[in-house]
Amino acid sequence: MAVATAFGAAIKRKEDPRFVTGTGTYVDDVQLPGMTYAAILRSPYAHARIKSIDISGAKAMPGVLAAWTGKDLEADLNPLPMAWAAGGNSGGEVGGVVNNVNSPRVLAIDDVKWTGEGVAVVIAETREQAEDAREAIDVDWELLPAVVDTEGATADGAPQLHENAPNNVAFTWAVGDRDGTDAALKAADVVVKQRIVNQRLIPNPMEARGSVGKWEQGNDEYTIWMGSQTPHIQRLLLAAFVMGVPENKIRVIAPDVGGGFGQKIFCYADMALVAWASKQLGGRPVKFAETRRENYQAGTHGRDHITYMKVAAKRDGTVTGLKVKTYANMGGRLSTIGPGIPTTLYGRLLAGPYKIPNVFCEVIGTYTNTVFVDAYRGAGRPEATYVLERAMDLVADELGIDPADVRRRNFLAPDEFPYRNPSGLLRSWNDAEVEIDSGNYEPALDKALAMAGYADIGTAKQEAEGRGKHLGVGLSTYLEICGVAPSKWIGLVGEGWGAAMWESANIRIHLTGKVVLSIGTSSHGQGHETTMAQIVATELGVPVEDVTVDHSDTFGTPFGYGTYGSRSAAVGGMAAIKAADKIKAKARVLAAHMLEAAPDDVVFEEGKLFVKGSPDKAKTIQEVALAAHVGYDLPDGVEPYLDETAYYDTPNCTWPFGSHVAIVEVDKETGAVDLVRYVAVDDCGVRINPMIVDGQLHGGLVQGIGQALWEGAVYDENGQLLTGSMMDYAVPRASWFPTFEMDQTVTPSPVNQMGVKGVGEAATIGSTPAVVNAVVDALSSYGIRHIDMPLTPQRVWRAMQAARNGGNGEVRS
Amino acid sequence: MTFSVAMVVNGTARSLEVDPRRLLVHVLRDDLHLTGTHIGCDTSQCGACTVVVDGRAMKSCTMLAVQADGSAVTTIEGLAPAGTMHPLQAAFWEKHGLQCGFCTPGMIMTAVDFLERTTDPSDEEIRHAIEGNYCRCTGYQNIVAAIKEASSLLRAGGTASIAVGGDDEEPLPPFSEEEGAAPAGPVAEAQETSPSGSSSSSS
Repeated sequence: MAVATAFGAAIKRKEDPRFVTGTGTYVDDVQLPGMTYAAILRSPYAHARIKSIDISGAKAMPGVLAAWTGKDLEADLNPLPMAWAAGGNSGGEVGGVVNNVNSPRVLAIDDVKWTGEGVAVVIAETREQAEDAREAIDVDWELLPAVVDTEGATADGAPQLHENAPNNVAFTWAVGDRDGTDAALKAADVVVKQRIVNQRLIPNPMEARGSVGKWEQGNDEYTIWMGSQTPHIQRLLLAAFVMGVPENKIRVIAPDVGGGFGQKIFCYADMALVAWASKQLGGRPVKFAETRRENYQAGTHGRDHITYMKVAAKRDGTVTGLKVKTYANMGGRLSTIGPGIPTTLYGRLLAGPYKIPNVFCEVIGTYTNTVFVDAYRGAGRPEATYVLERAMDLVADELGIDPADVRRRNFLAPDEFPYRNPSGLLRSWNDAEVEIDSGNYEPALDKALAMAGYADIGTAKQEAEGRGKHLGVGLSTYLEICGVAPSKWIGLVGEGWGAAMWESANIRIHLTGKVVLSIGTSSHGQGHETTMAQIVATELGVPVEDVTVDHSDTFGTPFGYGTYGSRSAAVGGMAAIKAADKIKAKARVLAAHMLEAAPDDVVFEEGKLFVKGSPDKAKTIQEVALAAHVGYDLPDGVEPYLDETAYYDTPNCTWPFGSHVAIVEVDKETGAVDLVRYVAVDDCGVRINPMIVDGQLHGGLVQGIGQALWEGAVYDENGQLLTGSMMDYAVPRASWFPTFEMDQTVTPSPVNQMGVKGVGEAATIGSTPAVVNAVVDALSSYGIRHIDMPLTPQRVWRAMQAARNGGNGEVRS
Repeated sequence: MTFSVAMVVNGTARSLEVDPRRLLVHVLRDDLHLTGTHIGCDTSQCGACTVVVDGRAMKSCTMLAVQADGSAVTTIEGLAPAGTMHPLQAAFWEKHGLQCGFCTPGMIMTAVDFLERTTDPSDEEIRHAIEGNYCRCTGYQNIVAAIKEASSLLRAGGTASIAVGGDDEEPLPPFSEEEGAAPAGPVAEAQETSPSGSSSSSS
């Protein structure tokens, strides 16, 4: 590529002036003439049959334009799609994947499966009128027993949610070698076992979800504004599955989006509802903006695993086997890609950065009376990393070996790549392959340990004891899979994702020399308008200020699969480079004509085109763009304009890694945990904008640490969401953190010419186990081996008390 | 039944007829179309709706619109003349103190009030000052850096060096006090101290 100018620079973000001046446009800021407002009535019960719904009272309320139940929509709107059945069984001896699919309707008709499932809607002239009228809807419920626990749901006698899913099993899935792993456990010097809970989380983008629908009578077309990470996918899903209208009759716009963290990847009922309602109202626009409470009750949650693991190891700390059985909560019905998260993105990565010869992983996806569970920042990879990094510490504890040394002993060595791991990450049954292509794990660990003063931690522990604190240090050496994904591997014939996962970019250079890049990925805070401009400015040799980035509107941007799985740079960025390559190829033909030379003799360097050896007689890319636009003198057969589109399907995923060190102090009396230092050394490959990379890491750390210490979504046994508002769910605050100490190693990804890997999820994945390992280390003198998250003072205090009373301190969550 | 409410909003006198149950944030957003003030929760936790009312940062979801009768309200849109940035806005941009931008207006308005009262804050004081403002993107680290940077800019005479949409070259006119942003009160607020007294490392 061209000599880096903008690429690699920590330049300020192009999108920020509108955000700091309050002139961004989020979906609830969209205002259209004649706007109407939707309020959705949600079930107050977790499991109930709908005997009848009377909406006549609501219809008579002031300002009400319409009210509907699920039955009124049934003829026009299909249930929401489930687009990622657990697939890709890797040829293991466990047979075919069983999927018992039940997905939500736009409004429930016969029964509800969680507190907050929508059953009726009111449209009114104002928000307040819609909410008032909603109160006048009368539903006759028949209550049913509920179950919320993912393991308990499979027990004999548990309440059953769906007739087609006996024992509430949505799917079963397994990878790896069961016999080999059993043999490794049998032959091991030591075996450690642990039940581990990865608690349910609420994603909490600061902007809750919403959508605005507008139907145009003249051409029978819909425009839907939505807070979404995936506007193109949503158009496809709404067209093909929910609304049954052609894709070219729907335009989806994701305006400024206030964070997503996975929750805004998916297809939601309101997207179809506002569009359909607008048509019923003759084209008046309909807005739905959920409250935070609705976001908690009806938006996807994340994680929620119960895992039983067994680890086989030799006396020297070499891990020889890992056997895992996981119950993954899917909620009451399946979300868009729910089953893909605890399977492909979990089981296949369980061996992490280690050379573990025998791995077997079995996953049981379950239906419970809770809202649907789907990808949340990291999506499967945090759950796998948590299991594995707890396993490493348990082995170290059992053998009395330093946890850092256990990790070193098991790391894949730099000369062992490409590496194909034993949980079948890398060899789908259709022979599509991805492989861990690069890595150099020990330098990152060395650097992190040095920064943390790991060698002298004993002194710090003694000093803390004198102050009534137990000091603990915890490590996490994670491996991530990013830049998802080769379509053949992840798609229907491979891992079961219902489509493809390439990316797209279009570049146009206008007569004025200004560049417009249109992309298929979609920013919801990552800064695509800056980083993508940096890539293209560098490729084309133009000022970064001259590159405008269009995204997130299906009218005018090429189809793309959107932003999640840390894929925008590694896949979307490469699409932009491929489009720039096409622009340059055409520019060379045009410049050759202008310079009266042969195209093969013309070189492109930093925005100038000239005959080899004659840079003084160069044409700039802007001059060529002008000539291409006016078209007065084009070579034979060459079309006017510089306008090129590229689609890029990556040949492999990318493999970021890193080492994190957490230092905590636990108050001996209260069990309160204080995170006193946090060191993160991350290797995300080459950094396009180091400032943005650091920002992604900071935010990821707070979410990962938040899971370890404070966050957790809690349902009571009747399915009521106890953490139903921000008063009850512990979104981390600024004062709870020290200043993070950051550094990096750089192992460029060999899969793309930029060497980038992806960084959106890394710190969330790495940080949760580091903090838990630190707390368990702090409590080692109690004989405590494990405490389930979140490590609140109450839970830690109970563990200490139980240990003081003679137990092993285990407190089940 | 509606009530008449008269407010000075971003320096302009506004008179409105308001349903008494409506919150200040709803009137700002829906009636005055000042959509830079955001709604992030329904329990007054997140701080996305923070504006400055009579010189003090206020979550505009904690106030009925009728309670603002007679008040001077400054929202993010009124913080600096068009085409320029308040030092806090410039510093948030400079230090990457935002990602999705949704919490940013509230965060900045909280900091406007804070820096009026605490002109040279420590990291820890800043972290406590923004406890009532959630951010899910940045991990707060660069927000702390931004507020610190803004405090230096303000101490140095309140000149922001960055124009909206431009580059670093053009200096802005000196920052002038906004209407409604009253000078620091006679009684300095006692600074909260950390209950844990920890946070050993700082930038």
